[in-house]
Amino acid sequence: MKKTVTLIALGILMIVSIGTVMSGSERWERNEEAHREDAGSSEAYEREAGRMRNEWPGSRADVTPAQDAAYHSACGACHFAYQPGLLPGSAWTRIMDSLGDHYGDDASLDEAQSAEIRRYLTANAADRSALSRSRAFAALPAANDALPRVTTTDYFRREHSEIPTRFVQGNTGVGSFSNCQSCHRNADAGIYNEHQVVIPGVGRWDD
Amino acid sequence: MKGTLHCGLMAILVSTGAYGSVQDILQGYAHTGAGPFDPAAGKAAWVKAHRSTHSAEPRSCSSCHGTDLTRAGRHVKTGKPIEPLAVSANPSRLSDPHKVETWFRRNCRWTLGRDCTPQEKGDFIRYISNP
Repeated sequence: MKKTVTLIALGILMIVSIGTVMSGSERWERNEEAHREDAGSSEAYEREAGRMRNEWPGSRADVTPAQDAAYHSACGACHFAYQPGLLPGSAWTRIMDSLGDHYGDDASLDEAQSAEIRRYLTANAADRSALSRSRAFAALPAANDALPRVTTTDYFRREHSEIPTRFVQGNTGVGSFSNCQSCHRNADAGIYNEHQVVIPGVGRWDD
Repeated sequence: MKGTLHCGLMAILVSTGAYGSVQDILQGYAHTGAGPFDPAAGKAAWVKAHRSTHSAEPRSCSSCHGTDLTRAGRHVKTGKPIEPLAVSANPSRLSDPHKVETWFRRNCRWTLGRDCTPQEKGDFIRYISNP
């Protein structure tokens, strides 16, 4: 008797769990489809930027949000998914040419993946953006053999020159200027204005 | 009890497609002459520390993924959270053979300084599917 009850209970559990997983994956696929259709369309970006302006009064995207699913999966798994509009196309090309030694780590991809991400990054790079803050990142420091970094662009340095190192490298809640989202709480949405900066363990930074 | 648990686990694996892809992945390695695959060997290799020319600290799989695969990890360099690897905790794991190979290539080179052999990869897969 007890065994029969256990078996029936297990059967119900299986049906429910399969149903849940299936509806979850359908939802995910629908999102993915919408995502793919949106990727690369500047109208979609404008709509998204408009939506964010409505949800965050007084805020707007400084840099077009990164919306490419392949980019998020291959690059955003290890680090903040820096928006393509944070570096010029020439910098993205150099980064994509040297994934085997990606700032000291191996980030190699197969050719198809690499080509797709390269296209996305260069097509949406800072030097092709209509947004003024994004365009400011298009200028790289002159004569530099090292791999380009967002944090070594002249514009980045200028904007962060007043931040003491104890708030960043010496701060376990931040660690590095590379972790944009530690302080720019809406960095994922491409919003970098200083009124939304909160430095972990320090508080608001609004000069 | 163990049978019920096994049955439940199989139901989850089958329903998410991970079970089929795990079999496909292991079969691919077996075709190269590797096998049988041993989760205990995968578990032992998981925590083995390797010296690296890129960092002062030795590296292991657990540097980023931790030792409890049912819990989230943390990228040792960037601090970015990494979702659990265990299929029981994260059903999407091991469901895409192409993704599995991409991350084996990157992470074996990062950790061991070389590609993993099919035998090593098979042992890891068995460990990750049932840690």
